[in-house]
Amino acid sequence: MSLSRLRNAAIPVGVVLVSTVGLLILAGTNPWDPLRLIVEGSVGWPPFEDGTANKVGDTFMVWVPIVLASAGLIVTFSAGMWNIGIEGQIIMGAIAASFVAREVSASRPVLVLLTILAGAVGGLLWGLLVGVLRTAGGVNEIFGGLGLDFVAVSLTTYLIIDPWRRSGVASTSGTDPFPTDALLPTLGATSRLSPLMIVIALLAVVGVWLLFRGTLYGLRLKAVGRNRTSSFLMGIPTNRYLLGSFMICGALAGIAGTSQATGFHFRLIPAISGNYGFLAILVVLLARSRAFWIVPISFFFAMIAVGSSQLDLRLDLSSTLGGVLQGVLVLSAMFGLGWGAYRARARAVASMSEDGG
Amino acid sequence: MGLELRDIHKHFGPVRANDGITLTVETGTLHGLLGENGAGKSTLMKVLSGFHSADSGEIVLDGRSIKLASPDDAIAAGIGMLHQDPLVFLPFTVIDNFVLGSPGDGRLDRGRAVAELQGLSERYGFNLDPGAPVRTLTVGERQQLEIVRLLWLGARVLILDEPTTGISADQRAKLFETLRALAEEGMSVIFVSHKLEEVGDLCQRVTVMRQGKVIGEAELPVPAERLVQMMFGQSVVAQDRTEVQFGEPRLALEGVRTATGLLSEEPLSVDAMAGEVVGLAGMEGSGQDTFLRICAGMRAPREGKVRIAGEDVTGRHYRGFLTAGVKYLPAGRLEEGLIEGLTITEHFILAGEGRQFFINWDSARQRADEQIEHFTIKGTQSSPAESLSGGNQQRLLLAMLPPELEVLLMEHPTRGLDIESADWVWEQLLTRRKQGTAIIFASADLDELLRYSDKILVFFAGRVIGVLDAATTNGDEIGGLIGGRRTGAAAGGTGS
Repeated sequence: MSLSRLRNAAIPVGVVLVSTVGLLILAGTNPWDPLRLIVEGSVGWPPFEDGTANKVGDTFMVWVPIVLASAGLIVTFSAGMWNIGIEGQIIMGAIAASFVAREVSASRPVLVLLTILAGAVGGLLWGLLVGVLRTAGGVNEIFGGLGLDFVAVSLTTYLIIDPWRRSGVASTSGTDPFPTDALLPTLGATSRLSPLMIVIALLAVVGVWLLFRGTLYGLRLKAVGRNRTSSFLMGIPTNRYLLGSFMICGALAGIAGTSQATGFHFRLIPAISGNYGFLAILVVLLARSRAFWIVPISFFFAMIAVGSSQLDLRLDLSSTLGGVLQGVLVLSAMFGLGWGAYRARARAVASMSEDGG
Repeated sequence: MGLELRDIHKHFGPVRANDGITLTVETGTLHGLLGENGAGKSTLMKVLSGFHSADSGEIVLDGRSIKLASPDDAIAAGIGMLHQDPLVFLPFTVIDNFVLGSPGDGRLDRGRAVAELQGLSERYGFNLDPGAPVRTLTVGERQQLEIVRLLWLGARVLILDEPTTGISADQRAKLFETLRALAEEGMSVIFVSHKLEEVGDLCQRVTVMRQGKVIGEAELPVPAERLVQMMFGQSVVAQDRTEVQFGEPRLALEGVRTATGLLSEEPLSVDAMAGEVVGLAGMEGSGQDTFLRICAGMRAPREGKVRIAGEDVTGRHYRGFLTAGVKYLPAGRLEEGLIEGLTITEHFILAGEGRQFFINWDSARQRADEQIEHFTIKGTQSSPAESLSGGNQQRLLLAMLPPELEVLLMEHPTRGLDIESADWVWEQLLTRRKQGTAIIFASADLDELLRYSDKILVFFAGRVIGVLDAATTNGDEIGGLIGGRRTGAAAGGTGS
């Protein structure tokens, strides 16, 4: 059992190694330098040495939205929903948080709390919209979500070039920076690292784990995701549970939006989501919906995202190689996982027919 | 010479879809294959057309043993399958569809193909325009296109799977005429159906399947009653029914009619009393499922009232019926009852009355263990539902029922189960009945219907055509009604 498990795990790891190393050789470099530079650019070399605090802070603040979005996606995936609309939910969270940051004045703790709350509500409502389109309108959540992603992006652009445009200058690069009182409190004056957000992200992971580990609500969500007909016949109000999954996911994605707006960019910019919603889909697929795995996998992706900016400076490679690397990594891991699972199934069938006689 | 299937076995996990099928189809004959849904006909035809490979057994065509690993192999060997929904590419034209499956390296002589399509069409009296988009063709014309395509590819054995669904009477007559002509030219035709009269009209020989096995073969014509008995099983038991005192009506349909006018010509009124067992007889898809769905609140009748234990629940949704004490167990145990991937323990939690937010796993596991023992389920608390055999899935479903029920609706309570499990299921159901539950079940087993029902509703073509007292009726009467014969007394051939 454990041996075959090991074998199943070895297949994806092997496929990933071969394909990434192959890609780097194709890109005209030895495989070691870029990998070392990515580590160096994200957490320092040797890792976590003195003087790299800001880099580590950046990496963690990229990690936060990926983890939050991934935690949310585990909920929708378990309910059998492809919540592609997660990007829009992050963006609407960021817009709602920006609104509070710009328009409300209060003491810093209150204001920070309000921006987080606003983000959660913004994402939740946007998620609910996808769910309502699906359950009441019969619009597939993939198309509904994708459509609402575009709406959210357009709304951001509109806000930046018109009502919230920077005073004095014509610019599409973003709004004015938020007042300091609205920003997430950080560890150190120059670092972005926000312990509050890290705690929230970890709580989300534990919360999602607990939801499916120990609650009736989580079990029912899982039942709805695996077989809607049976669940319905058992008396589970399936639509209500689908909507619930979108609301939970949207709220977590919205908090990720807050983190992006008030914890990383300190203002609203056009690409506020950083595509971390799409990235989170890949994280959850790789983690196979197991909550704790999203913590290290997200960190790995955050390292690539932050560290690959070093590539063009130091190796004369395009920094977009980081994105290519992510893509190849995920595709080959998915392929490897699928292949491993296929092999495992084939073995199971073979042993079953031996037993069956 | 001809096609021979020798001892074909095909199992899907614990399900024996084909359990030692031996069948011979002579060259130049029209051979009918009858059986209820789930009898194994489709699996057998998929084995024969290369979609599934058999676990064991041999296929012999014209004295030569052949191996079929894919549909390609089958058509290369001369076996062509006409699917229920002709597999055509809608946006393409007739001629494009015609040449799509052609073997070879991709070079294509369109002019020759057009000529051959027209030649074949003419020969069988079809009117197929090579340039017409397939979208504009009727289902019957699409079948004609498939037939000429399979002939062009060299088919010598033609399999038709329920080909008359969705085509007009004229087209059916045309299809039958074509099939007769093909048989005369030496083609072997296998006609798969669950419609007695069509097999009777068309075929020279018929094989009846039930529960994965060949039950019998006959030269046609034969009396419809005999075929029905083969399909549904012979009623051999003397009925030693224990008299049960019925109580108040638990379920009452009052003047119910559906929007399509099905269910009954006249509005249907029928009761099921506390302690009464009502059997639903009929060919698959003759209206039993509509009836059950109305009783379960999954479909609202257009006219009439539904009462549960005297309370008018017309227009309520399924969950309203559920709280009123109605439970519906459809035929698909793993598809419509249990949840793949969840364990026995998790199923009991979902079915339980528990409303607390956090799951108490210790007590849940303990309860699961108790239920597993009490309902003799072969499995452990952590067995996923799909790992259980059909009988144990049914045990789990019955174990998940709430302790008190007004009405229990079941489709095929014992289909696919071994005798021990089947007896056990009925033991459970009869206990429920003693507690005052009204039980309504659909079955394709005459013996089961006669043995356990108090009242039998017979469905034909979407309608209830007979309400029989089980104590006074017999297998012949029910068989006749199932075959569409209203009096149930007439004998004789099914025509031809």
